[in-house]
Amino acid sequence: MSDKNTNDLLVAMRGMTKAFPGVQALENVDFDLRYGEIHALMGGNGAGKSTLIKVLTGVEKPDDGVITLAGREVHVRSPQHAQSLGISTVYQEINLCPNLTVAENILIGREPMKFGRIDWKKLNAQAREILLRVLEMDIDVTQTLGSYSVAIQQMVAIARALEIESAKLLILDEPTSSLSIHETEQLFTVMRKLKGEGVGIIFITHFIDQVYQISDRITVIRNGRLVGTYETVALPRMELITKMIGRTLTVLDEMSKTKVETSKHISKEKVLEAREFGQTGEVEPLDLDLHAGEVLGLAGLMGSGRTETVGLLFGLETPDSGTLTIAGKKVEKFSPYDSIMRGLVLSPEDRKATGIVDDLTVRENIILALQAGQGWFKHLSSQKQYEIAEKYIQMLEIATPSPDQPVKNLSGGNQQKVILARWLATNPQILILDEPTRGIDVGTKAEIQKLVLSLAEEGKACIFISSELEEVMRCSHRIAVLSDRKKVAEFGSEVDEQVVMQSMAGES
Amino acid sequence: MMRSKLSGIWRKAEQSKLFFPLLALAIILLFDLITVPGFFNIQIRNGNLYGSLVDIFRNASVVMLLAIGMTLVIATGGIDLSVGAVMAIAASVAALLMNPYVLATELPPNLMKLINDPNFTYQPLWVVLLVTLLVSILCGLWNGLLVAYIRIQPMVATLILMIAGRGIAQLITNGVRIQIFYQPYAFIGQGWIVLPFSLYLVAFVYALAWLLTRRTAIGLFIESVGINFRSSYFSGIDEKKVKLLAYAFCGLCAGIAGLVASSNIKTSDAFNLGQTLELDAILAVVIGGTLMSGGRFSLLASLIGVLIIQAITTSMYAFGVPAFALQAIKSVVVIFVILLYSEQVKVLVRKLTTQKEA
Repeated sequence: MSDKNTNDLLVAMRGMTKAFPGVQALENVDFDLRYGEIHALMGGNGAGKSTLIKVLTGVEKPDDGVITLAGREVHVRSPQHAQSLGISTVYQEINLCPNLTVAENILIGREPMKFGRIDWKKLNAQAREILLRVLEMDIDVTQTLGSYSVAIQQMVAIARALEIESAKLLILDEPTSSLSIHETEQLFTVMRKLKGEGVGIIFITHFIDQVYQISDRITVIRNGRLVGTYETVALPRMELITKMIGRTLTVLDEMSKTKVETSKHISKEKVLEAREFGQTGEVEPLDLDLHAGEVLGLAGLMGSGRTETVGLLFGLETPDSGTLTIAGKKVEKFSPYDSIMRGLVLSPEDRKATGIVDDLTVRENIILALQAGQGWFKHLSSQKQYEIAEKYIQMLEIATPSPDQPVKNLSGGNQQKVILARWLATNPQILILDEPTRGIDVGTKAEIQKLVLSLAEEGKACIFISSELEEVMRCSHRIAVLSDRKKVAEFGSEVDEQVVMQSMAGES
Repeated sequence: MMRSKLSGIWRKAEQSKLFFPLLALAIILLFDLITVPGFFNIQIRNGNLYGSLVDIFRNASVVMLLAIGMTLVIATGGIDLSVGAVMAIAASVAALLMNPYVLATELPPNLMKLINDPNFTYQPLWVVLLVTLLVSILCGLWNGLLVAYIRIQPMVATLILMIAGRGIAQLITNGVRIQIFYQPYAFIGQGWIVLPFSLYLVAFVYALAWLLTRRTAIGLFIESVGINFRSSYFSGIDEKKVKLLAYAFCGLCAGIAGLVASSNIKTSDAFNLGQTLELDAILAVVIGGTLMSGGRFSLLASLIGVLIIQAITTSMYAFGVPAFALQAIKSVVVIFVILLYSEQVKVLVRKLTTQKEA
């Protein structure tokens, strides 16, 4: 770690240390990034990845440590300062303005002017040209950003970072978690191109496949400490996972056994029966059955209507065709409250926007749905609340210093567990989990998958949605495939992954 | 060592919602203690307590009532600009119910006499109070309807009643300022039972609000809706009803405040009654540390917020500051108080107390 070799590096971070009240987020972590390198930063939830990035981008000040950028020591004072140094970050949550047009978002702050006014024609043409050139994406740039899917919004954010801020160093924090396979490919093409131009890229993701597909080196951190930096080709997958979670992952093997075991207990009794159930423009009428003790996987690409379908089952919208029968009773009133009372709950896809209530404590988040079900006046005593919270904190191994911690201070995976706890506390008979493992680490992922199966074992029914087909295959007894807002196929658990994929792509 | 201990205490204190409001209040009162002789003197006359401190409380009671309701509305992520106007409506309704003859152009002499009779009321007092408060709740429900069900932005929705309300209040009394002679009514704002009667009203409304929010799940739901109404909806909370309730309660508080204020000046002044008091109420809630974006709230902290504003006014008068300079000085103090809350300032203080421990 002599200073000599830092001269050949784009970024050299040495001895980075950062403590938050009660947490040592980083302890003496070193990190290198070469010119023209794609470097994957891996670690479980709360490992310190985000903190390391925040220190590098000036969001947080390190307590200790030296950052060298292109051979010169820098003190990054703020995100703006980081940008001016050529460090650009595209976050998982998009930080553009959804109510401005795509073109405005791309060129905001440097709009072409004519006679002292913005030259809109030129602005739109420029923006379109940038998107075409950088991302080979041809969209109507005069539409508001918010009218496009999250995936496209993310691409726009990337285009802006690359083009406008002329980044030397690009940090992609979970950029692919909401992208489809095709869009991810597009992004990778762009990343490879940038790599060729000498741009250094730090890539954070939970998709291990993608890490092997694109990265040159991998740095693993765990509990705020550096585990090591490895050449990607020299690090077998299982070893990477072991390094990330600090133990061997035997759960996965157990799981396939449990799945076979639990499939014997699926009862004949239907807990959910949808017939010709749909809503115009959102979900084409579909038939769906669910049995007690069964895990039904819902597979489909982004925009295939998975989220809309389960939203409809949960009563977020009122269907305009067909019938829904739950536990033998035909459903008349559609609302989340009524669904909860029927024992059907939905853990939503968008954890931040529709899941957690971030300023409330872990305890309050956990008892929220239970309390909502009980109404305004049957107040759970605080003793009872603590009992429930403690129970689920233990059961799901939620890492929190106390039940009174605001849930926003928890890592993504633990927030997800809090939401699961919220639903489990209502003792539901049917659990719909929409992307419960999105953006969380392998260890926690496996725990959640295991939980799903153990719930099935208790006789509860589950609908499990995930963008990772492998995961759907692993936990589900039966798989329904959606494509283009239609149910196109249904398979037993022995089906070949290839077949499901074809059906997802609409080539049946 | 000293510093690390200090920073520990500071950090703990910071976490309490009441800490900063109390600190600010203490600083103002300390200033009075030093500069205004006799500020803390309390006299007993006819078994009742009098003095500058009691005055602060008494003068603050109207805004305290408003601030209780306002806290709940702001906690849901809303705002209610109409409380001043609702006060005026309440005053007009009450005055009309007690003495509708004022509006008549011609009256037989036997009724004419009744107009100025301190023992006369057209409707019994309980009917007057009940109807007035029902009308106030109705005003609140209207706001809640616009905000929760029709989804108009709270500021715009309540602006409607803020402007229309004074018109309605004037329509009710036919544009006349009705003087209120009925003696028992005057007791609401001017009576004393050891302490000013209006303070008992404040205590009652505070207790009601506290029980309603902290002894039921409503407080949690209000905070949850204020922080993230979509997550709350997904969790089965009827966020619309929660909002409706908050605005209705705020209307009720405004109605009671209207009774106290009109009883104080013994008239229904549709135009001036409660004018700009909505801003004082909002300011008090902010000083109390409830975020304008909604979420966590503390009723007690809001009340202390009102006391801070009122203590500033009272002490400035006691100090001999001329009335015309009062607003300017008040704003300086308010800026100081708000600075105490600023994240930036907190970070600065944290730095000063933790730096260079080694």
